[in-house]
Amino acid sequence: MQKIGVFVCWCGSNIAGTVDVEAVAEALKSVPGVVYSVSYQYMCSAAGQKLITDAINEYKLDGIVVASCSPRMHENTFRKTAEAAGLNPYMVEIANIREQCSWIHKDKEEGTKKAIVLAKAAVAKLKNDKPLKAGTSQVTKRALVIGGGIAGIQTALDVADAGYEVDIVEQRPTIGGRMAQLDKTFPTLDCSACILTPKMVEASQNEKINIISYAKVEKVSGFVGSFKATIRKKARFVDETKCTGCSLCMQKCPSKKGKDEFNMNMNNRPAIYIPFAQAIPNVAVIDPEQCIKLKTGKCGLCEKVCAAGAINYKMEDELIEREYGAIVVATGFKPIDPSPLNEYGYAENADVVTSLELERLMNAAGPTKGTLLRPSDGKHPHEIVFIQCVGSRCDENTERGKPYCSKICCMYTAKHAMLIRDKYPDTNVHVFYIDVRTPGKNFDEFYRRAVEQYGVDYIKGMVGKVAKEGDKLMVRGSDLINNQQVEIAADLVVLATAIEPDPSARSIGTMLTASMDTNDFFTEAHAKLRPVESPTAGIFLSGVAQGPKDVPETVAQASAAASKVIGLLAKDHLVTNPCVAESNELMCNGCSQCEKVCPYGAITYIEKEVRGPGVREVRRIAQVNPAVCQGCGACTVACPSGAMDLKGFSNKQIMAEVDQICL
Amino acid sequence: MSVTNPNWKPKIVAFCCNWCSYAGADLAGSGRMSYPADVKIIRVPCSCRVNPMFILRAFERGADGVIICGCHPGDCHYTSGNYYARRRLTMLFSMLDYLGIERGRTRVEWVSAAEGAKFSKTMNEFVETITNLGENRKLGDIRCKKS
Repeated sequence: MQKIGVFVCWCGSNIAGTVDVEAVAEALKSVPGVVYSVSYQYMCSAAGQKLITDAINEYKLDGIVVASCSPRMHENTFRKTAEAAGLNPYMVEIANIREQCSWIHKDKEEGTKKAIVLAKAAVAKLKNDKPLKAGTSQVTKRALVIGGGIAGIQTALDVADAGYEVDIVEQRPTIGGRMAQLDKTFPTLDCSACILTPKMVEASQNEKINIISYAKVEKVSGFVGSFKATIRKKARFVDETKCTGCSLCMQKCPSKKGKDEFNMNMNNRPAIYIPFAQAIPNVAVIDPEQCIKLKTGKCGLCEKVCAAGAINYKMEDELIEREYGAIVVATGFKPIDPSPLNEYGYAENADVVTSLELERLMNAAGPTKGTLLRPSDGKHPHEIVFIQCVGSRCDENTERGKPYCSKICCMYTAKHAMLIRDKYPDTNVHVFYIDVRTPGKNFDEFYRRAVEQYGVDYIKGMVGKVAKEGDKLMVRGSDLINNQQVEIAADLVVLATAIEPDPSARSIGTMLTASMDTNDFFTEAHAKLRPVESPTAGIFLSGVAQGPKDVPETVAQASAAASKVIGLLAKDHLVTNPCVAESNELMCNGCSQCEKVCPYGAITYIEKEVRGPGVREVRRIAQVNPAVCQGCGACTVACPSGAMDLKGFSNKQIMAEVDQICL
Repeated sequence: MSVTNPNWKPKIVAFCCNWCSYAGADLAGSGRMSYPADVKIIRVPCSCRVNPMFILRAFERGADGVIICGCHPGDCHYTSGNYYARRRLTMLFSMLDYLGIERGRTRVEWVSAAEGAKFSKTMNEFVETITNLGENRKLGDIRCKKS
């Protein structure tokens, strides 16, 4: 008979408030096998852990059940406690009586009953537990950063500084991301390019950093410490090692009608182009959809003018396969398309622009060379209306936009308003807002400057309609403070559009098996305590991929992610999960069903002499590689003979739980 | 089916995958989004770990409803486990229906780690369905439920 100890945690009043913890501890005493049962205020505290250690020693316990919070919180804590007391760490079961009992039930009697059942089920499972021994696996000392915006660049720089190799994979022809498109940054009004480009140059010059631009991660396999990634480097048709970035080809290219993505499609670019002057790598790329030579075979002008001989029309996609110990997701964001929100007339009117478009219109390298001119007729706008929360903070059920606050819009609108009033004092600026949210260092001061010093007209209320009348845009909305309808004849309307994860995020999340929320932002392992890690081991989160953020927050999170990556890469070995599948040689008939469903290729077959009662023959049997198996259990159900079982979640263990719950 | 025992409370077993649904249940808990205490959760690494045998056993032992929760299709922590679960359980549920265990007593729901509200809503719905269906009397000759 096993000797089991049960430890019921009060968690202050978190559990004790709706569960009679003493009654639970008392009830468990009568369960066969339980030799010790006790409740305590905080089992996870040093005193609580000492209580467990002492009981293990005094009663020579074979296993313990801790009825407390979710195993996702403290399973590791109690395993370590058990191990320190000389018990196998896998002879510990947690009964989740907080998240799945006390916190959701109001009735104390009901809660107590349920807690007893859950604790008894844990005891029943524990009786079928076997001591397990964790193995170790190697760590490949290189990190992969997906996304080369400010988040990816910062993470890569920090990881490289610690002496580890980093690859940045960027889908666009240059790194820099969204920040490269910004004109100025709040709340300091720094020139965005001036603070970003030195980082870009630093990344390109760091010998530990390898920038793979115009590429995407196509496949990832493996697990923490040893991921294998296949990266597709798209054909640029320009040899990166030869191109000097002289841009002569851009001037000579006859096909000049391409949309300039960097300038939000507001002007044209040639078929061969460098996205912007400070691009890294500063190498041209040919748009195959637009290039006359690639489409018709005629032209070839760029090849003729290129003194470096860098043009190669026959270039093909290149596949790079590499191993990594850690992967950082820094896939960033894009502004939503406000066209479906009809009331703003974005699709019909050229003079209704998004904030990112305005950012380009105000930038010296933008389509208007930095002079604020409206897109329709190139005239200087005298009345500008900003509309906040376009597609943000929407009712989830209306599907008109995103339910969340995009966080950065209040501040960048204040920035735009201030910059416009500063440069063009003859221009009136009105801002329609629901709330102005300025929780950040020097943020509220910044917003107040816009209102008090620059006289920006903030109107609390929503806009109902933007309609073209003559060469004006009539903006009709409500002013909730003065309780009246307002109408403004505007020359330019700027929409503070919501931001959403980059469209590539969803497929990357699926590929990495990293969980995402309903808005396609990556989920963190713990919202408060592990904010830069994905629940999937070895995957780290950096920047807006995890949720809306401004530049300072993104940089802070990027460095935090880097420190987690460094912590991982600094290890020579990782302890593997011992809860893996195991095949019973006597029952296995080598049918290969398990191999077919294994997503990791962890199962192989060997010819082996099997000895058992009345059996002695050489058979083909399945063998699980414990270093590769991740413990999903797919094989255990696929196995027709029931030879496969999963350690830690064995058939017997789960059946025991079922029996106990249904009793 | 009429409920003979006025004190009858449904017995519901919920299998939750460790990565999505169990975390979703935890989120429902920390968000204080209540659902009836009749639901008892068993943690499994993946929805594909749920052997049809476990579900049969639950009904045999007196469960009134069994729900399996896993990651959304495409989001499985183990890439494809939930697809296996979906196929296996579709077959099983159809067989159980044939045996007289109504479709309403079995359910599969995809709940992500961020969907605490969905977890709570699903459990409330499921308990309501089971309460309306009443006590499960099928497999009664071999079940061990105390009358």
